[in-house]
Amino acid sequence: MTTDLGMPTVASDPHGHLRGTEPFPVAAHRALADTQLRQNLGHATRTIRAKRAAVVGEVDDWEELRRAGECVKADVMARLPELLEQLEASVTARGGVVHWARDAEEANRIVVGLVRETGSDEVVKVKSMATQETGLNEALGAAGIAALETDLAELIVQLSDDKPSHFLVPAIHRNRSEIRDIFLREMPDVDPDLTDEPRRLAMAARAHLRRKFLSARVGISGVNFAVADTGTISVVESEGNGRMCLTLPDTLITVMGVEKVVPTWSDLEVFLQLLPRSSTGERMNPYTSSWSGVTPGDGPQTFHLVLLDNGRSNVLASPDGRQALHCIRCSACLNVCPVYERTGGHAYGSIYPGPIGAVLSPQLTGIDGPDDVNASLPYASSLCGACFDACPVRIDIPHLLVQQRAAAVEAHGRPTAQDLAMRAAAAAMASPGRFSLTERVVKLGRLLSRSGRIRSVPGPGAAAWFGARDMPEPPAETFREWWGRRERS
Amino acid sequence: MSAREEVLARLRAARDVGGSTVPDVPRDYHRTGVHAPGSAAAVERLTETLTDYRATVHRVGDLDGVPAAIAAVLAGSSSVVAPPGLPGEWLGEVTATVRRDDPPLSVADLDRLDAVVTGAAVAIADTGTFVLDALAPDQGRRAISLVPDHHVCVIRAADVVSSVPEALARLAPDGPLTFVSGPSATSDIELDRVEGVHGPRRLDVVLIVPPRA
Amino acid sequence: MRIALVATCLGDAMFPQAPRATVLLLERLGHEVVFPADQTCCGQMHVNTGYLDLALPLVRHHVDVFSGAADVVVAPSGSCVGCVRHQHAMVARRGGDEKLAQAAEDLAGRTYELSELLVDVLGVTDVGAYYPHRVTYHPTCHSLRMLRVGDKPLRLLREVRGLTLTELPDAEVCCGFGGTFAVKNAETSTAMLADKMANVLSTHAEVCTAGDTSCLMHIGGGLSRLRSGVRTVHLAEILASTTEGAPA
Repeated sequence: MTTDLGMPTVASDPHGHLRGTEPFPVAAHRALADTQLRQNLGHATRTIRAKRAAVVGEVDDWEELRRAGECVKADVMARLPELLEQLEASVTARGGVVHWARDAEEANRIVVGLVRETGSDEVVKVKSMATQETGLNEALGAAGIAALETDLAELIVQLSDDKPSHFLVPAIHRNRSEIRDIFLREMPDVDPDLTDEPRRLAMAARAHLRRKFLSARVGISGVNFAVADTGTISVVESEGNGRMCLTLPDTLITVMGVEKVVPTWSDLEVFLQLLPRSSTGERMNPYTSSWSGVTPGDGPQTFHLVLLDNGRSNVLASPDGRQALHCIRCSACLNVCPVYERTGGHAYGSIYPGPIGAVLSPQLTGIDGPDDVNASLPYASSLCGACFDACPVRIDIPHLLVQQRAAAVEAHGRPTAQDLAMRAAAAAMASPGRFSLTERVVKLGRLLSRSGRIRSVPGPGAAAWFGARDMPEPPAETFREWWGRRERS
Repeated sequence: MSAREEVLARLRAARDVGGSTVPDVPRDYHRTGVHAPGSAAAVERLTETLTDYRATVHRVGDLDGVPAAIAAVLAGSSSVVAPPGLPGEWLGEVTATVRRDDPPLSVADLDRLDAVVTGAAVAIADTGTFVLDALAPDQGRRAISLVPDHHVCVIRAADVVSSVPEALARLAPDGPLTFVSGPSATSDIELDRVEGVHGPRRLDVVLIVPPRA
Repeated sequence: MRIALVATCLGDAMFPQAPRATVLLLERLGHEVVFPADQTCCGQMHVNTGYLDLALPLVRHHVDVFSGAADVVVAPSGSCVGCVRHQHAMVARRGGDEKLAQAAEDLAGRTYELSELLVDVLGVTDVGAYYPHRVTYHPTCHSLRMLRVGDKPLRLLREVRGLTLTELPDAEVCCGFGGTFAVKNAETSTAMLADKMANVLSTHAEVCTAGDTSCLMHIGGGLSRLRSGVRTVHLAEILASTTEGAPA
């Protein structure tokens, strides 16, 4: 076997689901103007923040659990190849079949081939970020295989031909009455008197999917945790759609990003405490399923596990950046992010939105020159740090944002206007003499003042500030002038 | 080169560049719960957390109380499925037709049944969770506790622990496990929880709590 | 105690009242303040915009100027102290200068934000201030989540004679400044500012205070544009005020 490959370049291109088509500020402009979206997001994120705070407050060893979670994940990164080989051996020993995929296209090709072997032209799916990332549904569709999303929010997105905007609740941007309208329009057998009461909407989803579950021959899932030493796969969910997909079909195909492996079964004692409280703000989610390979007489008798790289090896090579692979997709950082709350997930372009998406997406794709829209993602944050405090595995997202900003700057081919401004500022700050000169220039700003305030300034960038904010006039005397005057007297 | 070899080679190279120092994992979180397993306080907390997530809890003082409790919660049902190893006497007072999952019932059969009665491997007081072990004869394969719309679960006080770590220590992941916390629910509409989606919409728990000696 | 002052570039050039008040307050409490005149900027803007290479000479300059200046260093800015404490060594190491990184770590261990200096180092919460106004306090993100100053500023404010403190709703949410964020993502920043201003106005305070001139420039800039009649005042200015009046 050859191992002297050196580092690969970006694993797969195009990264259609990891990269949008316009920079964040452009997409955010539209989202910010959508008042219904703003209200929906504000309501949902406020609700979940309160729920999360309440159930996290019940746990007096929360910080100890966070540190344990952080270190288990760091351990996984340090031993990732070996743990994956161990996982492969454990799953195989228990009757599963393990496949490896270099990139999204290869993963999709493997899954399409496996479904074709069953002769089925329909699959039921549990919500999975990995298969959103690979665009599996489109690949299945192109092969004549219908993929039915069964998670309620994913179903809403699929029925309305929309895109997911959140890890946990892909339809977080929709409110109850919009969901009702989508169901009335797109569900063939729906009760025409359907109201927008959430319980009635959930019942409508149950009725819509029931027959499909009971007759499904192939299920497709993602993974929350895969235990290397026992080959146990764990899927965390709420509605029971996961149990249906994992239990009733003859064939189960599970796609996982390689970083989802954990060393031992007992490591789940940490994550099964951290994840539900951070995610849905529940002490425990309604259903968590785990299985190891194939169990005679129970559940699918054919089990395939597809291990996906798709850029993860690039992320692993960064000593700090690899923390982004620690993410357990709880979405707490989205829910507390003041930027996400106002723009929603679509503005990020990638299927991984929010603070973690802003550091994960550009690392998975790499930043391809100054015009790469993913280079705008690390700047979609005020660096307020709320994400770190909420992160159940203590990913230092603010630090990673700064690091990815540095990566974005490094990708500038020729100097941009921002580069020139930053160089000028650095030069102005380089020595006390130059800084004093700068202060004298700043003082000229007093000429623009009316009643002590400046309401606009010519020049690029200024309009962005002065659109909504004034500036005080520069002082007649700087601090160092005052200090000097005092020293002399 | 196969995909397996290439992915592993990439990951090895990346891991070596990014760092291969294995950290010590601090395990100073609580590995034992606030209440002793099987204690009155643990059972009390379990009752609270189960109820909080819309399960209905029925307490009985000993095994002799189980048949009447099960019969009472199944009063409106006409058919019920039981795993092969569920004690027969538990279903002694049930008026509904009892189907044993032995030989295994088809999914279509299960869909026609009103309810399921199972035991549980362990219950977690902190979170309002019980765990079904598909290899345990009184819990049975996963489909039987999934397809019927009403689940009745019998839990012994001795199987109640406080915390998640205590529960996992009692479980072996050899066969399929299902952690259940309340009836099926969703948070997908405006991130608020509503009960009743694809899994059983009604959940009754019969707790066997012997009087304190 | 001999204390070296980081005036901060923004404080020096645009908001001299904050470093001035810091000097007058500390002197009133009996301490000697020195102002190393060679200081320029800690480099926070460059670091946080991703220009770590350009930040390196600024970090080096800051460490050179302050390392020998005094045993203790203070800045009336949570974000500048945050940069010194959590980013300077990182910038130095990334630039391959381990010696500078260690010197930066040493300096960071002796550098305090004003409320930290007063409460933790000098052990004082009642600084003898008098400020007869209705005030609400915005805990800036970096003081709150980078420095973990907690309720120290509030403990100082509660001891100020004449001051009525009103609680700011959603106080811990960012005002939307974020340095160059306010320009690069101006619309999102404005949306955050709108909510912060609404919360400030809901308190009916005359004054919104904080420990960072940059966040106050942002909030104050919005409040002024709305002609809201609410002004922003740095925490140091309130603490420096006495029955003799506000500091000159």
